[in-house]
This record gives sequence, structure tokens and C-alpha cells, in this order.
Amino acid sequence: MATFKEFRNNVKPNWCPGCGDFSVQAAIQRAAANVGLEPEQLAVISGIGCSGRISGYINAYGLHGIHGRSLPIAQGVKLANRELTVIASGGDGDGFAIGMGHTVHAIRRNLDVTYIVMDNQIYGLTKGQTSPRSAEGFKTKSTPEGSIESTLSPLEIALSAGATFVAQSFSSDLKQLTALIEAGLNHKGFSLINVFSPCVTFNKVNTYDWFKENIVNLEQFPDYDPSNRIAAMTKIMETNGMVTGLIYQNKERKSYEDLAVGFKQEALSKQDLKLSRQDFDKLLTEFK
Amino acid sequence: MISQLSWKIGGQQGEGVESTDRIFSTALNRLGYYLYGYRHFSSRIKGGHTNNKIRISTKPIRAISDDLDILVAFDQESIDLNAGELRPGGIVVADAKFSPTIPEGVQARLFAVPITAIAEELGTSLMKNMVASGASWGLLGLPMEVFNKAVEEEFGRKGPAIVEKNVEAVRRGAEFVLEQAGGPLDEFKLEDADGKQKLFMIGNEALALGSVAAGCRLMSAYPITPASEIMEYLIKKLPKFGGTVVQTEDEIAAVTMAIGANYAGVRTMTASAGPGLALMMEAIGLSGMTETPLVIVDTQRGGPSTGLPTKQEQSDINALIYGTHGEIPKLVVAPSTIEECFYDMIESFNIAEKYQIPVIIATDLQLSLGKQTSEALDYDKIVIERGKLITEELPPNEDNRLFKRYELTDDGISPRVLPGAKHGIHHVTGVEHDQEGRPSENALNREKMMDKRLGKIRDLRVTNAIKAIAPNENPDLLIIAMGSTGGTIEEARERLTAEGISTNHVMVRQMFPFPSEMLEPHLAAAKQIVVLENNATGQLANLIKQNIGYHDKIRNLLKYDGTPFLPSEIHKACKELI
Repeated sequence: MATFKEFRNNVKPNWCPGCGDFSVQAAIQRAAANVGLEPEQLAVISGIGCSGRISGYINAYGLHGIHGRSLPIAQGVKLANRELTVIASGGDGDGFAIGMGHTVHAIRRNLDVTYIVMDNQIYGLTKGQTSPRSAEGFKTKSTPEGSIESTLSPLEIALSAGATFVAQSFSSDLKQLTALIEAGLNHKGFSLINVFSPCVTFNKVNTYDWFKENIVNLEQFPDYDPSNRIAAMTKIMETNGMVTGLIYQNKERKSYEDLAVGFKQEALSKQDLKLSRQDFDKLLTEFK
Repeated sequence: MISQLSWKIGGQQGEGVESTDRIFSTALNRLGYYLYGYRHFSSRIKGGHTNNKIRISTKPIRAISDDLDILVAFDQESIDLNAGELRPGGIVVADAKFSPTIPEGVQARLFAVPITAIAEELGTSLMKNMVASGASWGLLGLPMEVFNKAVEEEFGRKGPAIVEKNVEAVRRGAEFVLEQAGGPLDEFKLEDADGKQKLFMIGNEALALGSVAAGCRLMSAYPITPASEIMEYLIKKLPKFGGTVVQTEDEIAAVTMAIGANYAGVRTMTASAGPGLALMMEAIGLSGMTETPLVIVDTQRGGPSTGLPTKQEQSDINALIYGTHGEIPKLVVAPSTIEECFYDMIESFNIAEKYQIPVIIATDLQLSLGKQTSEALDYDKIVIERGKLITEELPPNEDNRLFKRYELTDDGISPRVLPGAKHGIHHVTGVEHDQEGRPSENALNREKMMDKRLGKIRDLRVTNAIKAIAPNENPDLLIIAMGSTGGTIEEARERLTAEGISTNHVMVRQMFPFPSEMLEPHLAAAKQIVVLENNATGQLANLIKQNIGYHDKIRNLLKYDGTPFLPSEIHKACKELI
């Protein structure tokens, strides 16, 4: 059995000291070990941006692709080898701006992929422009007078797109975050975990202290039922999207790979490629 | 007795033109005739003139004809638009309902058949296509039972009553016209075909079939004309082999999903046309940079922008070669026949894995959608080659190092291991990286990695990278082309040869890397060269000039009105050039 240490490698992250992404990395490593994975059974697919580098900092298979496309790549990996555990990851710009189309459709498709978004409400790697998650009035290099676009609510969008697993956490709360990632990895279908992961360099508004003051932890509501979609939507709206915990889970809906007619239960990547002569002749008869 | 004939059916889109054509040609295929089809259609579902033309021959043919023998018309517009193509003495079979007339100056014989009236008498006007096709089949004097069998297959799933009604519609159509004509027309009596069972399909089906044979088990794609038939075929077939087709939200998702699946070890393709390929360009760079195999089909259509989405063009070549930013190794191959669509697909999957590169297969609309006779496809030629893919268990890594996925080797191609393999962990990134796949900005490493990747394809040549028909040592004219135009060029060449003009003919099948050394001797030997293409700027001619030279000898023959070349157009243009 691998421990979280087996999921570490010797690459030094290029994140700023204090970046929230360090804890997300640690939480992924712990969760992977806790659910009983070996490093080679995990594939971490990431997008572009500061957080996109995360796939290179975890000892597992990993692909660091192009901006906004971690989800379709991750879905391709899962379709090719459903025996792998697949994590997709990236920032809020990656997932909710350039990649928003893929996010919504990955949610609808419900392939068994765990999507972890490191949400810092800003573009970090390009040195401080507004993101779809920035608050209205937020001043950045690209919005010197303050952002005039409304803030996107990924949790509401996920629910309305038919998500089967929606969670939110805060990178400082390693215990909650690890538990939620474990739950996501164990969920049979697509799971979205949005993680408040402060940018200490470019976002001086949404700081660690600010999050601590504003977060509403679901632990406060012992009667909360995460299988109730309406309650989930209400809670998100009531808390202005600041709720953390497992917000919604639908355990009934089957994953895409289980619904696709004829789709193999075993890893497709292990299949023999050669067609039999008999099968080939059968295919040809249609054209006669 | 004649050895070949051209037949066309025209009407409003949604009126049954497609199904009539399908049944008519299926029956002819059963009789062993060689067929070559052309679809004229518009980007709408119902309404608007549409027509399908089939050339029927006792010998192999790979071109549409200049003229037309029989026109079946559901409306006057179909006659007005197409009668000009009829050869003197040709025939029009039209619905008596609209009191059809033959335009002035056209010498054709009209058979006004109460098509709608008969169909309605039998229960529904929907069957008018069966009445019409029965009438034209009857005039040809071909065996009725073969036609009825094709009708049965088309409507079989709707039950025996429907089949019977349609067979009756065919019979009534034939009966009416034969009474008018006094029996089958001798001048349209086709010689018997060889009776051998042939394959009859569109290029997109040949591509899709080739991909199944190549071991492709996943496809991710977004619908687009004229590529959609590939996904429509594969969604029917791949589940039988454990795989599936995912219809993605856009072409960017289609190509990146295919990259993910190929990375994880399943042969996966996507297919699109120009607009979709434009969206895929960044991801094609990721495939090149990460050395992840990828196979993409581009069924070229009229561009730019939405352009002419249902029309013939060959104008994506520059985009396919140069479209991606930065410099990557890739292969761009252009099949020139339906059989090549099948075999190129298999070879493309092999090359994508052996060289660990993106492969783009560029067809054109006429090759992708023109339904035609294919030679037998040979099972024994299906070979699967996966190159340096490691399937056996790896030894443990020393000193906690990663697997050297990008190891520098003599041929530039590194061993490849799939996610899931123990001791095979490595990193993959579109950022410049070292031999273990870790990001690196080291200048020396950058040079080595660029040289490694680009060096892989230096000597890459597909089977028959060019296809030459070169009977003359020093021809008056060398005709060079790509894609679906080869058969038409051959017909033009026959006429030129008969007039004493010697010609050679080369189809370029590999666009990148360019097979200069194979083409150069043909250029050197020719007195003049014409490069024939369906685009406005001479993209293939420019490739030849750029890679080889002979600027002074090369002339363009360009057609970009959306329709394929006719033999007569090539014949005339070549004569003018000499």
C-alpha cells in the first residue's frame, strides 16, 4: 500500500511561497493514498496557469496540456483506460473562462473524472488580470477601474448542468479538502471540487483571512442533506457561493462509461487491435 | 449496346432524391457495374434543388461524365437546371403532374409519367420516387428482380406491406413508360457487366472502415459537413468492438479528447472539415510537442469561413501544413482514391504510433461523399504496427528517476509507455521538457529536443507518396494533382493521347513532409507542367515550386467554383497550354 509520500516527487514547485496550491497538492497526495491507489494507477491531467503545473508535482502519470482543455484530455484518458483513476485540475481561468464550455459538458457527460479547480479569483501566471471569479469592482491590471462583469458562480452552473457531485473547500482546511477529494475519487461519475486557493501575490482582497471570515462550513448544519438538489441550490445562493463541504451528490445516476452501449468494462487500452477476418468480411457485406 | 451511361435524378431536397439514388445504384452494383456518383446538394434539409448523378460503366471509372443520358426530374426546375447537360438524344423522365417541358434547343426525348398520380393511387405521394426510378430502370431494360430486391432491403424494416407497395410502384412506373416507349430503348441497352460482386461506398465509409481495421476503438468528433458520415458509421460499429464515439461540445474537445485517449493507449481519431481543423490547430501542436500519436481526417470543403460547406474544394493544404504555431513534426497525407482512403487510414494509425506524431488525412468533398465502386479490400494487407510501445513490465527505476519517455535516440523516437504501467511514470507537458518530460528552459536541451522531434520525420514516406502514370520519357505535358481528381485527369489524358499530345500524370499523396526527391525526376523530364487543383491560389503548385523549383515550367489549372473538374475542362485547358 502506497502512503502519501509515494505520491511525492523531487520537483520543486514554482509557486510563490504561501500559495494555496501547495495544500491542494498535499491533499491530492493524501487522498490518493487514503483511497488505496498506487502511483501508477493515477493520472493527473492539468491545464495551463500556475495551478496547471500541479500534474508535474505529484508522483503519478500526468499530462500538462493546453489552456482550458484539461477536461477533454482527462475524459479521453478515462475512456481509453477506465481502470485508471483520473484527476483533472487547473485554475478558475482555465476551467471557468477559456474552458467553461468543456466544464459544462464534462458535467453533463458524467464520465468518472474528479475535477479539482484551484480558484484564486485572479490570473496569476500572466501577472494579475481579472478572472470570471473576480468580484465586481475588483481592480486588476486589466480592470483598473474595477471589474464591471458579474461574478460567475460555478457551483450554481454545475448544479443546473446536471452535476452528480459538487463540493467546495478551502486550501487551509487540509482535513476537509482531503476528505472531499477522497469522496470525489470514490464517486462513480464526474465530481467537481472547487477549492478557494488564495493567490498571495496578485489578489490582496480574497486573502486567507478574508476567506476565514466569509466561508460558511456545512458542518454548521447537521441536518443538511447533500442528496437534495433544491436545498443545495438554496444553500449556495444563501451563502453567496461561500459554502464549503459536500454540497450535492447523486449516487443514482450511472456514469457515461456505464451508460454507453457496448462500451467495454475492461480497459480499452489493453484490447487486441487486430480485427478477425470474419469480422472484417461481415463489415464488407454492407457495401455489396 | 453501350458500355457506359450517365443517370441523374433531381428534385427538391427531402423529396426522396437520396433514397432513389441509393436503391438505383445498389441494384446496379449487384449487377456488377462500375459506378461513380456525384451529389449536388445545399446546406439545408428541406427544399432547394438537389440532384444525384451516377455514371454506370462496364469498365472501371473514377470520374463524373461531361454529359448526361437520362434525367429523372421531380419538378420543372430540375429540368431547367440540368437539361443543358443532356447529350443529343438523351431522355427526360418527368412527373406529368407539372406538365414538363424541355427547354428550347435541347434535343431530348421526354417521357411524362404520371408519377405523383400513380403514387397517390397506391396510397401515398411519398412513393413517387419509386415510380420514377421504376420508369427509368424499365427504359434501360435491366432485370426487374434485382431492382425489387434492392427495394426490399431499403423498406424491409418497415414491414412486408410497405415493401409490396413500393415494388408495385416500381412496376407501375416501368409499365407506364414501356408502353409509351414501346419497350426498352435499344440505344440505352447496357452491355452485361462482369457480374462480380463489388464494393460500393463513399470515401467517408472507406475511411471509417479503415479506422476499424486499424484498431481504432474511440472517436471523438463534432458534426460537420462533409465529415459526419465517419462518426455516423463508427457509432454503429465501434460498440461491437467494445469502443464508442463521443459527440463532443466542439472540435477543440474532439481533438484534445483524442489526444488524451491516444496518450492512454487507445487508437483514437477525430474527423472534421476546414472550420473544425482551424479550431484544432493549437492541440495538434500539443500532440507534436508531447509526441502523442493522433489521427485526424480533414474532409476539405469550400472555404474560407463557412464558405461553400457542401461544395468541392482543396484549399486546406496550406493550413494543414502551416496551421499550428511553432514547429512540429507531422504527416499530411492525401488519398486519391476510395481504396487509398481505406489503406491510408491503416497506415496513418501505424505511422502516428511509430513516429509518435499527429497525422492528418486530407480528403476532399467529392472523394468523401461521392459514392463509387471500390476494388476488393484485402484483409491480408491490414497490419498493425505500434513502434516503440513497451508492453512488457519495466524494471524498477534507479535513484527515484522517472521513465525517460523522451530519451534521445539515434532515430529521435523514444520508447513509449502507457499510463498504468508500473515503473513507467514520467511527465508529459506541452512546455519544452527534458528526457523525463520535466519542464526545462535549458538552451542546449531545447536545441536537442527540437532536433529530436523534427528529425523523426526527415525520411518519412507513406506508401506511394506520389503515384505516377508515366509512359512517356519526355512528355509534352506533365499533369500533377491531388485528391479526387485523378480519374478525371485519366479521361482527359485519353483524349489528349488520341490527339497526339503525350502526357504523364502524377498524383501527389504526401503533402508534408514533401516527397521532393520522388517528384523531381518527373518534373525534369516534362516539357511543360500543369498543376491542377480545386483552389484559387495554387497551393500544391506553390509547394512544388517552394520545395523543388521549375517555376518557369509550372502552370496552374485552378477551379474554385465549388464543382469538380470535368474531363472536357481538363482536356480543353491542357490543349490550350501546349
